[in-house]
Amino acid sequence: MNHIVCIAYVPDTETKIKIGADGKSIDESDVKWIVSPYDEYALEEAIRAKETKGGTVTVVTFGPAKADVGLRECLARGADDAVRIAADGLAQVDSLGVARLLAAAIKPMSFDALWLGNKGAGTDAQTLVPMLAEMLDLPHINLVTKLEWKDGAVTCWREIEGAKEVVEAPLPALLAAQKGLNEPRYASLKGIMAAKKKTITVKTPADLGVDAASISGEKAAVRWTKLELPPGRQAVKLIPADDPAKAAEELLHLLRDEAKVL
Amino acid sequence: MSNILVFVEQRDGKVRKAALESLTLGRALAVKTGGTVAAVVAGSGISGLAGELAAYGAAKVFVADAPELALYSCEGYTAALDAAASAFSPSIVLVPGTMMGKDVAPRFAARRGVGLLSDVMTLEVENGRLVGTRPVYSGKARATVAADPAASLQIATPRPNVFQAAKADVPAAGEAVPLALSGLKIRAKVTKIEAAEGGEIDVAEADKIVSGGRGIKGPENWPILKALCHELGAALGASRAAVDAGWIDHSHQVGQTGKVVSPSLYVACGISGAIQHMAGMGSSKVIVAINKDPEAPMFKVATYGIVGDLFQIVPAMTEAAKRMKA
Ligand SMILES: Cc1cc2nc3c(=O)[nH]c(=O)nc-3n(C[C@H](O)[C@H](O)[C@H](O)COP(=O)(O)OP(=O)(O)OC[C@H]3O[C@@H](n4cnc5c(N)ncnc54)[C@H](O)[C@@H]3O)c2cc1C
Ligand SMILES: Nc1ncnc2c1ncn2[C@@H]1O[C@H](COP(=O)(O)O)[C@@H](O)[C@H]1O
Repeated sequence: MNHIVCIAYVPDTETKIKIGADGKSIDESDVKWIVSPYDEYALEEAIRAKETKGGTVTVVTFGPAKADVGLRECLARGADDAVRIAADGLAQVDSLGVARLLAAAIKPMSFDALWLGNKGAGTDAQTLVPMLAEMLDLPHINLVTKLEWKDGAVTCWREIEGAKEVVEAPLPALLAAQKGLNEPRYASLKGIMAAKKKTITVKTPADLGVDAASISGEKAAVRWTKLELPPGRQAVKLIPADDPAKAAEELLHLLRDEAKVL
Repeated sequence: MSNILVFVEQRDGKVRKAALESLTLGRALAVKTGGTVAAVVAGSGISGLAGELAAYGAAKVFVADAPELALYSCEGYTAALDAAASAFSPSIVLVPGTMMGKDVAPRFAARRGVGLLSDVMTLEVENGRLVGTRPVYSGKARATVAADPAASLQIATPRPNVFQAAKADVPAAGEAVPLALSGLKIRAKVTKIEAAEGGEIDVAEADKIVSGGRGIKGPENWPILKALCHELGAALGASRAAVDAGWIDHSHQVGQTGKVVSPSLYVACGISGAIQHMAGMGSSKVIVAINKDPEAPMFKVATYGIVGDLFQIVPAMTEAAKRMKA
């Protein structure tokens, strides 16, 4: 079974966010970058399937040269090949544009399962999974927390509000990982050494037949026109807790009469 | 730009509140665009829903009613939305940002080759294009996002619980228009739905949430929080620490790798307020922090706070809520 895993290389969720000089993006100095957390679940599941059923795992990202660090980390954990679609020098590309680039890169590849995270940390858009599935004419299953491989098919448990849906799809299919699917491994020393020797294939949008100018910056289908720090919240109103019963009483009255939420 | 089409999510023949919020928002936008609002709903045996949607301003209700649409499938429901869009030619499409909506809207957007304003918390029409705002980078920044004014269609998924749902002053016609979906291709099929224990409210949909973290010490103490949930009509949430300890199912987790929620009230009990937790609940209208550590970061975002032992405060709140109702 062959797997492709799309990973996003994103600012660490702990990173302090500063607004960039253009007022539309973040200031990337001092930012620590990581493989987006959900993508780790996706990669782990692909590697586990390879270990039990054989096959290969290829990781793909659209990102600048520094994303090679993220790809190497995936190779160290057990991926066989890595492809980077070069974003160097490109203005912002929105989800539709990223989906077009990924679709162009993936279309010629042969695979049984295409894996994504259900959400890319940072933009938190949750749009790429269905978009990419549509462009590649694949069935997709979002928010997968458990799965069983069948002959030429897969059964997934998918999280929805207040329930789990059991969904069956024929392969090839696009599957999007949700937390709970597995516990991602760390790279072994041996894996790290082996990853150093593997090559990362770099392709430009032009190599894939995509005109980068038509999907980036002012031509992106969705544009970030402004980025700002969130509005500050009012200072907390502290209620003395010497007498818990009185404190609780006061809190409930504030919630009803002042905040009007009860 | 003028006409507005709203995708209506129903499960078991019941219209989801988030869909009514999107219809209400669609009505507000239509005042500016000068167009009419239509709804599209997919399912089986759902023709009776048109009246309810008319009350919320739907002049037309496109109904895809077929046995193979009884259970949700992205391919089936996207086909319904696509057919309604072809019949109605809207310039704006709103899809509630529920799990179903966030599955359908991007697939539809890609089919039409247009972008999508995802998970917006405000939405306006400005100079002929949709402009919205949404939290990004775990809520540490807020982005203003704008659709391409030249696009044939502009699509947005409004975040649930943020926009109000209100009936129109005068109900619209609600003319039911049946949609026949020919050549329906459903490959990813739901075979079964496993419901959560005993009709609990899900945090993703709840208007009020009481959440517990590592401070609750162990799963044996959930009843203390559940009693308060019961009095307030709230859903039970949890931090990742509580989930990872195996005290509760992941479906309760709020945060970066859990659910992102915007309830009117969020009560955090024994939760420190890590940035990844805040990413999930930072946009709640009113936040209450109950924590014995006055330095806990949760107090920095909280509206009200009590520095104290949750094992004393929470039961006292339950009692106070009971008295208030009496
Ligand atoms: C990639 C990534 C993703 C993550 N995603 C999430 C996520 O989705 N959701 C999430 O929640 N976390 C997430 N985390 C984890 C997060 O960083 C924190 O570790 C977690 O939120 C801590 O949970 P907690 O507040 O319950 O525990 P702690 O930080 O241990 O806090 C417990 C709090 O309880 C208080 N307390 C203890 N006893 C009492 C008492 N008797 N009365 C009152 N107060 C008491 C303590 O003072 C303390 O403030 C993520 C982390 C990473 C790296
Ligand atoms: N630049 C990228 N390159 C490769 N995959 C990506 C990229 N951005 C997002 N993805 C994938 O798409 C998923 C969902 O991202 P999003 O729709 O942006 O929330 C992520 O978890 C990744 O698997």
